Parts: sequence; C-alpha cells; structure tokens
Amino acid sequence: MDHVVHDVLLVGGGGAGLRAALAVAETNPGLSVAVVSKVYPMRSHTVSAEGGAAAVVRPEDSLEAHAYDTISGGDWLCDQDAVEVFVREAPEEMVKLEHWGCPWSRQPDGHIATRSFGGMKIERTWYAADKTGFHMLHALFQTTLSYPPIARYDEWFVTRLLVDEGRCQGVVAVELATGKIQALLAKAVIICSGGGGKVFRFTTNANIKTGDGMALAYRAGVPLKDMEFVQYHPTGLPFTGILITEAARSEGGWLLNKDGHRYLQDYDLGTPQPTPVKRSMELGPRDRLSQAFVGESQAGRAVSTPYGDVVHLDVRHLGEAAIDKKIPFVRELCLKYQKIDPVKEMIPVRPVVHYMMGGIQTDLEGATPLQGLFAAGEVACVSINGANRLGSNSLTELLVFGARAGRAAARFAGSQADPSAALIAQAVDEERRLHRDFLDGSGGSERVSPLRNELQDALEEGAGIYRNEEGLRLAEERIRGLRERFRRVGLDDRSRTFNTEFISALELANLLDLAEVILSSALARKESRGAHQRTDHPERDDDEYLAHTMAYRSDEGTPRIEFAPVTITKWPPGERVYGN
Amino acid sequence: MPETVTMEVLRYRPEEEVEPTWESFEVPVHSEWMVLDGLNHIKDELDGTLSYRWACRMGVCGSCGMMVNGRPVLTCATYLESLLPGPIRVEPLTGFPVIRDLVGDITDSMEKLSAVKPWIIRDTEKPLEEGEYLQTPEELAEYKQYSMCINCMLCYAACPVYRIDPDFIGPAAIALAQRYNMDSRDEGMQERMDVLSQHEGIWGCTLVGECSEVCPKNVDPAGAIQRYKVSATVDFFKSVLMPWGER
Repeated sequence: MDHVVHDVLLVGGGGAGLRAALAVAETNPGLSVAVVSKVYPMRSHTVSAEGGAAAVVRPEDSLEAHAYDTISGGDWLCDQDAVEVFVREAPEEMVKLEHWGCPWSRQPDGHIATRSFGGMKIERTWYAADKTGFHMLHALFQTTLSYPPIARYDEWFVTRLLVDEGRCQGVVAVELATGKIQALLAKAVIICSGGGGKVFRFTTNANIKTGDGMALAYRAGVPLKDMEFVQYHPTGLPFTGILITEAARSEGGWLLNKDGHRYLQDYDLGTPQPTPVKRSMELGPRDRLSQAFVGESQAGRAVSTPYGDVVHLDVRHLGEAAIDKKIPFVRELCLKYQKIDPVKEMIPVRPVVHYMMGGIQTDLEGATPLQGLFAAGEVACVSINGANRLGSNSLTELLVFGARAGRAAARFAGSQADPSAALIAQAVDEERRLHRDFLDGSGGSERVSPLRNELQDALEEGAGIYRNEEGLRLAEERIRGLRERFRRVGLDDRSRTFNTEFISALELANLLDLAEVILSSALARKESRGAHQRTDHPERDDDEYLAHTMAYRSDEGTPRIEFAPVTITKWPPGERVYGN
Repeated sequence: MPETVTMEVLRYRPEEEVEPTWESFEVPVHSEWMVLDGLNHIKDELDGTLSYRWACRMGVCGSCGMMVNGRPVLTCATYLESLLPGPIRVEPLTGFPVIRDLVGDITDSMEKLSAVKPWIIRDTEKPLEEGEYLQTPEELAEYKQYSMCINCMLCYAACPVYRIDPDFIGPAAIALAQRYNMDSRDEGMQERMDVLSQHEGIWGCTLVGECSEVCPKNVDPAGAIQRYKVSATVDFFKSVLMPWGER
C-alpha cells in the first residue's frame, strides 16, 4: 500500500483545523503539516456561522465577567480552568485574525465593533456583519495559502486512526476523486472535524456534519465527554432548518407567540422592554429559549404549519436600513429560502439542532488520553461549554483551542521518531475491511438513506429538547435495530471514482456510534441541566451529577459510561439567573 | 402546479463509459424544493449512484454550483418551481474537467485563487499587543463586496475567456486580488499586479459581464477586472514615463 509521512496531520479543514495548521507552521516552520478534509476547506461548516465571536475588548468588560457568563450559561458544567484560559487568550486570537485580514465590522473611529449576544452581560461579540464564520474561515484559509509547508488533501475521507504501541501515528483515508485508499502517517494527529448535527433530522448543520472525528476517536478507545448535551438553537426556519442568527435578537428582534405576545416573560426570563436588555428576554441563553418554545407549543400558543409549530421572530421595527446594515444575511436567507421579507413580515422560527457541547475528551492543550492524538473545536470537549454553549463562544473556541492544539502537537511531533512500519499492516487490514463490507461482494438489501432517516427520527423523537427514560430507551432500541440492519447494507454504487454513496455509508456508521453515545449518556444523567432536560428528573442535582459523562466504547461495541469530576476554580455552582 | 417534473441529468461514469449520457428522472415538486432537493430525491430514492457535491444548503459553502438549463447556478438556491414545466436539465459546471456525473475538477481554479497571493502582505507586522489595525467603515466598504466570494466557481463557468483560454486567471481570482489590494491593511498590491500582469487573458475580457450576472453573492468580478485594467494601465504608463522605478 502507498503511504506518505507528515509530521502533523489535521483531520478537518474548518476554522479549528486551519487555525491549528497555522499554529504548527508558526511554532516550527520545519515541520510538514497536512490538512485532510472530506471537502475543500472553504466548504467546511464554519462557513455557516453567522452572529459573531466573543472576546473581551471594551473597557467596561473583564475576563471575570466573560468567564462568569460562560460558566453560568453552561449551568456550571464547564471546566473552569479551561474557561479561564479561553477568556484570557480570546482577545489576542481575535486580534490575530484581524491581522490576518478578517473583515470585522468597525466603529466609526476604526476600532472593532461589538454587539450583545444571548447570555452575555456585556457587549463582547465581534462580528463581520452576519457572516462571521464565513469571513473567519476564508481569512484563515487564504492565510494558510501563504504557508507552503501546509499541504492539503482536499476531498479525502478518513476511515480509521492508526494506533501502534499506544500512540496515534496516522490515519487511513480514501481519496474521493480516485477511490484510492491510503495510509497517511504522522507523528501527531489533530482532529478538528466539527460536530454531528446530522444525527438529527431537523438541524442547522450542513450535510457533512456526521460526527466523523468523534467516531474515529471513540473507536480508538478515546472517551467522548458530555455527549447528552445537544444544543437547540431557538430560531431556525421551518422546513430547511436554516439558522436565523441570534444577532437578529441582539439587534432588537422580538419573539412572539400566535397572539403577538412576547412570551419569554412567562418563563422567568425578564420583563419586556422596547430595546434589548442583556441576559434578559430574547437575549437569554439558547437552552432556556428553546425550552420556552416547547411550553408555548404545548399550551397551544404557537402557530401550526405543515412543518411543525412555529413562533414569530419580528424584526420589522428595526427598519430596513438597520436590517440591511447589521443583519443583511438574515434578509437574504428569508427572501431566498422562506419567500418572505423580514422588513415587512414576521419570520416563522422553531428550535433546531445546532451544536454539540460534548465531544472528544481533551486537556487544556487539546491532547486526548491517546498519546499523539489531539482535538479542538466542536469535535472536542475541553470543556468551556458545559451543559449549554453561549452564542459566539464557539468561533472563539476554535481559535483559542485550535491554536493550543496546534502548538502542542508541533512540540510533540518534534520529539517523536518516525511512525512505525507496523502501521502499514493495519492500513492494509482497513483497506480489506472497506472492500469486504462496502465495495466488493454481493451487497446486502438495506439502503443507506432509509437507515439514516430512521436514525434521525429516533433521535428527534427520543432525545429532543425534553427527554425521559422511556423515550430514551425506545430510541436506544430503535438504534440497535438499525445497527443490525446496517450490517446488511448494500451499495448501488461500487465504483472507485467519486463514490458518494460509499462515503455516506461510512458517515452513517459514524452517526450510529454517535447516536448510541448520546442516548447512553442521556440515560446515565438522571437530572436536568442546561440543554439536557429530563421530565422524569426535572431538577439539577449537584450532589450526584456535577460531573462529566465519559463514554467509552466497550469490547462489545456498546458505550460504557463513567463520570469524571468538573474542575471548579473560582465560581461555586449557583442559580442561573436571567431577566432584568 | 404539476406534481412532478422531469429532471434530465448528465451522467458520466468514467469506469463504464467514454462519453457522458443523459438520464431522466421524475421528481416530485414541492414549493419549498430546490433543484438540489430534486437531486437528493434521486439519490436517496431512485439511484444511489448519482454523484454531486453539496454541504450547507444555505448558499454560503459554494459546493453545489451546476449548470441548470444551461446557466451556472447554486442548486441549493434555485427553486424547482421556477423552472416548470421542465424538463430541467442539470449538467456539471462548464469549463471544468468532469470527474464523475455532476462533479467537476476545480483544481485549476483553486490554484488560480492561490496564485494571486490572497492574504495580507505587509512590510512590517504590527505586534499583537498593540491591537487591531484601525479600519474605518468607509475603508471596509472599499473592499467588502469583493470579500463576499464563496468560491462557487460559477463565474468561471460563465466566462467566455476562460473557456477559450485556460490560462486566463479568471474572474474570482481577480476579484480576490482586488479584495486584498483595496484593503487598507494591505501593502501587497504590487506583488499581485506582477502576478496578474503575466496573464494576458485579462485584456481579452470584453467586459460583457457574464461573471457578474451569474454571481450569487453580487461580488461583481467584472467590476474588479475593470478596476484592475485601469490600475494596470496607470502602472504601465508610470513604468514607461518614470523608468527610475518610482511606482
């Protein structure tokens, strides 16, 4: 089998991966870095992030205030040492991105502009209109082009991590264009492949968000942490699930039920004021807003549509000029995908799966428990997001921890010998498996797309905004059945050239792992905290569950859940108080 | 509205056939469905072998550009019902070698985007501790439009020059060069001009503006090309009239 050797290999070329690659190149220009991504890097899902990226910059703000908002927003499940590192390094990372050309929106005097965001007491969200992720990703990608040591494997899909003598030393990957299966060896591997929103049907996530990196690490014995915490963003367009950014509310948008009532006042989120009040009403945290929607829907105060109940996001009072200046993409998306003009009409919205707070367990340097393997960004759980991520913390997270993982991996790679020859034998085994299970043979009767649809429905019905033991068990049962059927999956397409059906079968295998881990973790946590709400255990229980769930893959292939302590430094667990 | 529409898709399976062939599928029409939803219906329900790229389905990742009824469009942003009664013909983007079905090889245009040095170039870097480069909203507005390119390559597919002269660096690459040239933080204009001036193709651009017509993000590459030509002409005269190198 062909193989190549690099010093540091990135799996994923979104914001975290590109930031990590730049950090490797800056730390040690002599290292060879390669970014392996199943899409061209600028197609990565970071591109869809809209509202902004948080970092303390205003004189009235402080690192303590950012940390407190983040920790209380996360319902005290964040590791506070990680949050402290995060808020401290955030401003410099953001300035660095400015130096790399990111077109941040500005104040009249030329300084960076900021906006408020949900759950944040002080304005600290930097933004590039409402295409912040798009601009950050393109700035990062274009900057990597100035670093010749950064090689790229565009449209390569990683199927397995190569581990020998307890150390991760590369991957096996398929080149989509040719179908070639190859070993890519490295002294250090950093996974930055993002989340797995596609485990649910109704999601803001791109079609490519199938939890690939999480599944790779999990199958290599690395624990996935806090996977029961799935963020529903309160404002997605019905049918498409396209995200309407929180910036629409921070600029003054209102959430109204079918009677035109700002219903959040009935959910302990403050009293309505004509202009936005921070940490109050429409600027409350996402978990609480999505839960309030369910309340309205169950009380019959939502508007029913063919695509489920909706409430209205009203931005008309902001006026056309402000909408076009501050949230132009909201208008573009509504016009193009909902056939309405938010200048004149209310936007129908409903909660939609958006982000995974959980992910691959890492330390503050992005190192996982498996030597040589690092992770950063949404795929990882360091954890700064706890039980509920605040909007605009994730773009900053991928910079801070992408950079940290890159530097740590560069240091690690510098001290390692070349990858061992034993890995090639493993890679050949993997190639045989891929041929046997998918590409050769007679093929089974099950098809990929119905299995994927049923998996998404099972999670949607069993592990949504509110959960209970019975629903979770039922979903688990359904996933077990799907896993059995997946063994009989057959492909229409056996060709080598750009075989997207083959890739979607591999993605489905990843989604199955992810679904099992989410359900097992949700069953194990018999309390309600942040985005994990159990109707059968409605209270937060700090005595038992102020702890991270750690999902390990057992020898039988099913998840085994352990608990690990939460790091508390300065902020003892308290009440989450929102409202003015 | 009819219940279904015929989608005629250009197939090409290099392991099986030497020439592309048309294949027809009947696809349901829903008022929310885009051309991409029609393709997904084919792949999920009718023929799992159909290959194409897509990711965000919200017009920002730039993956799903194809020729639809002869025009380059983002298939995730083109309603099926806008093309009724059909048939709707879907082909890979013109101007790119076809890898398989609707998947084009964009290596060439990606290399061209890199060639214009699309990053901030400065003689000296301001230390991070000194904070951001100041840039007023007016200075931002100078290049903002050119920063909106999603690299969907529709402009390459529409460009009559790129079709006959593959060396032409292309609309998006010139717009990207201008995006940095006009950024108040950047000092790399001359380096980029040196790159662009090696591409005679620019002078072949007739400014009919097909590129700007098809751009889904109103980047206006044709405008960028026009601005480049003006600067390059000035640059040329400066170099002739001021041979001592003051430019």
